[in-house]
Amino acid sequence: MLRGRRRMESTLDAQSLISISLRKIHSSRTQRGGIKLHKNLLVSYVLRNARQLYLSERYAELYRRQQQHYPDGAPLLAMPACPPPPAPPELPVLPLPADTQDREVRSCAAVRGGAELLEGPVCAAPPELQRAPCRDSSPGFYRAAGSAGPGGGGGGGSSAAPGLLYAAGCDFGTGGVPHCSSRTTVLDLDTHVVTTVENGYLHQDCCSQCPCCCQPVAGLASPPPAPGTKRKYYPGQEEEEEGVEEGEPGGGGVAGGPPFAPCTKRARFEEYSAEHPQDSSNISNLISIFGSGFTGLVSRQQADSEQPLNGQLCGKQALASLGAWTRAIVAF
Amino acid sequence: MEQPSLRSLMISPAGCKVGRSSFLLEPEQITWGRSFFLLHPKDNMEGESICEVDSGDGLGADIISTVEFNHTGELLATGDKGGRVVIFQREPESKNEPYNQGEYNVYSTFQSHEPEFDYLKSLEIEEKINKIKWLPQQNAAHSLLSTNDKTIKLWKITERDKRPEGYNLKDEEGKLKDLSTVTSLQVPVLKPMDLMVEVTPRRIFANGHTYHVNSISVNSDCETYMSADDLRINLWHLAITDRSFNIVDIKPANMEDLTEVITASEFHPHHCNLFVYSSSKGSLRLCDMRASALCDKHSKLYEEPEDPSNRSFFSEIISSVSDVKFSHSGRYMLTRDYLTVKVWDLNMETKPVETYQVHDYLRSKLCSLYENDCIFDKFECAWNGSDSVIMTGAYNNFFRMFDRNTKRDVTLEASRESSKPRAILKPRRVCVGGKRRKDDISVDSLDFTKKILHTAWHPTENIIAIAATNNLYIFQDKVNSEMH
Repeated sequence: MLRGRRRMESTLDAQSLISISLRKIHSSRTQRGGIKLHKNLLVSYVLRNARQLYLSERYAELYRRQQQHYPDGAPLLAMPACPPPPAPPELPVLPLPADTQDREVRSCAAVRGGAELLEGPVCAAPPELQRAPCRDSSPGFYRAAGSAGPGGGGGGGSSAAPGLLYAAGCDFGTGGVPHCSSRTTVLDLDTHVVTTVENGYLHQDCCSQCPCCCQPVAGLASPPPAPGTKRKYYPGQEEEEEGVEEGEPGGGGVAGGPPFAPCTKRARFEEYSAEHPQDSSNISNLISIFGSGFTGLVSRQQADSEQPLNGQLCGKQALASLGAWTRAIVAF
Repeated sequence: MEQPSLRSLMISPAGCKVGRSSFLLEPEQITWGRSFFLLHPKDNMEGESICEVDSGDGLGADIISTVEFNHTGELLATGDKGGRVVIFQREPESKNEPYNQGEYNVYSTFQSHEPEFDYLKSLEIEEKINKIKWLPQQNAAHSLLSTNDKTIKLWKITERDKRPEGYNLKDEEGKLKDLSTVTSLQVPVLKPMDLMVEVTPRRIFANGHTYHVNSISVNSDCETYMSADDLRINLWHLAITDRSFNIVDIKPANMEDLTEVITASEFHPHHCNLFVYSSSKGSLRLCDMRASALCDKHSKLYEEPEDPSNRSFFSEIISSVSDVKFSHSGRYMLTRDYLTVKVWDLNMETKPVETYQVHDYLRSKLCSLYENDCIFDKFECAWNGSDSVIMTGAYNNFFRMFDRNTKRDVTLEASRESSKPRAILKPRRVCVGGKRRKDDISVDSLDFTKKILHTAWHPTENIIAIAATNNLYIFQDKVNSEMH
């Protein structure tokens, strides 16, 4: 129990560090002398570290609860499996630039400030945990998660071409029966088009490892991405069975590969204004200001052939590849 | 044991009148040979309180941002946040009072940089002087380079102590004479006048940097110098302002791939082809300009692997190198990161040869130091003239000295409160729990707003200049004036 409390403390620390860091980045915009690249780079490292810890804690907890709830050994989740839906470049309703097919946005985790930030990617959460993120409809630019079940829509990782934020994912509902959400809402940060897709889509990543999770839904909006499509996964994914690994999944770039994924588009940040910089709930606005829906939060996959379709991917993908932050800094 | 009577001087950058106090020698100090006291001003003391510069505008424009001795130690330059440079000159030693070694008085004050506005990027460019570097003196004039975030300026400092008198066509006020009154011709004669120090900007090196300039370094060839910003290093010729050569560029093709920035750089003191630059990741790169025009590929990379047991949220921040200095011998480099100073041997790239903990008690406080931004403070470090002692600043107006030979270290405080009449600086101690001696400071009562970021050591003598916010302290070691 004490371990649990300590764990809780560390996750709270991580949360507060994240919100502090975001506040720093935001206030650096108005600092005299312009944005200090060095300082913001260091802040983004802290942000990344805090998020790594938080997410690993969350997954550990997920797995524990899962064990508690399903001690009969038939885990609801073979893994915390709610990978973001693949980038559907052919999604008819979304005007996607052609060159973004191989980019994905793992923006869920990044876009929220403070505690909200960290709930985003946990689409694989057990019902009670998932409710919070999945039911998210944070203001403004973030996704309004459609929800198909009582448990709320999949909070989850969003995988999209850059410039898109959308909520998609597995909705496990209260019954704990995973199924893909039947509705997703997408916001294109570049064109500011908000689109809702009624039917689900194929989560290729998800399904390959978690067949129960994502059934191919009729009305598939788009085919899965081609196998050769470059995906941005965190290198060094651990096996799901062990649950969430503590420590440094991917090491934030240390594990090889550039830690930052390139963003393709700069957000039209001048169109947004952060009226309440201190309001953490508006930090999501802040993030969108920074641009490109945080495409950069996914680190590049080391080998294209590798498809580590770990369910942890969902959350860990959101781990800070610092690119988006840096881009944000440079954008100013 | 002889107790020298020591007096002290604290000078503010604007040269306000100073107070006087002196320090007593403590037994430990004697054995170690370090007995620093504040220098004594020539004028007699009224015992008034020490003047602290505060222009009252609340903007902190008087905060000292850089301190640098010239190559002989005769001159000491300080730059402040308001773009001003104040130069102090050491008075020649007086034979009458042997203990009254030359102290530093204000020599010249000038406005080096003004705030600017970059209209293209809608950015204000701060006038704060980031660095001052003296050029080696080649004639009667002195020259220095001063830089803010964007622009480097070369200033020439000249003295005028004679004035021509007896012009034929002009009268004493300079007005033209009525020619009809001129009846005879005379040769103008130079007459002595009050010393006037003139400072003129001779070169302005502008538009060389996109990012913030963090360091400048004059080459030993005395013809070129380099300036480094976060991502690039440029090589300039001192006489040419309209172009510079880019010698290091670590900007990635995609800014998202950025993982480190340049934090400091310096030319080797003897080899004009070598320079070093430090990064935010804690590594040093030694580059040879003979290898290629663009020195992106380092000749040597100095990096110590991180200790995994010390890993924390802030590992990247505290490993960022804030200052790098070559030793006078050119054999070693000194680096400062947030908690340590390290001595590197140029011949060994795998790890530093010496590591000194400056304030390791802060390791458990990194979170709150992050919140109040103190963790981003960039402390400088300095060698003494013989490379046997290194010095760096800390919080609570403390500064630390480490003797490389004896491995002893001392913590001293630069503040007027700590000065008593006829006393020298008393070593201070920070206690981290456990036994607490009298006069110890506990970690929790450290004042983190009082930070000593900038320190300088006289090139040949044991005189140090310590900048504590908007006050400048100059201390001298009385017992051992010469290097040993």
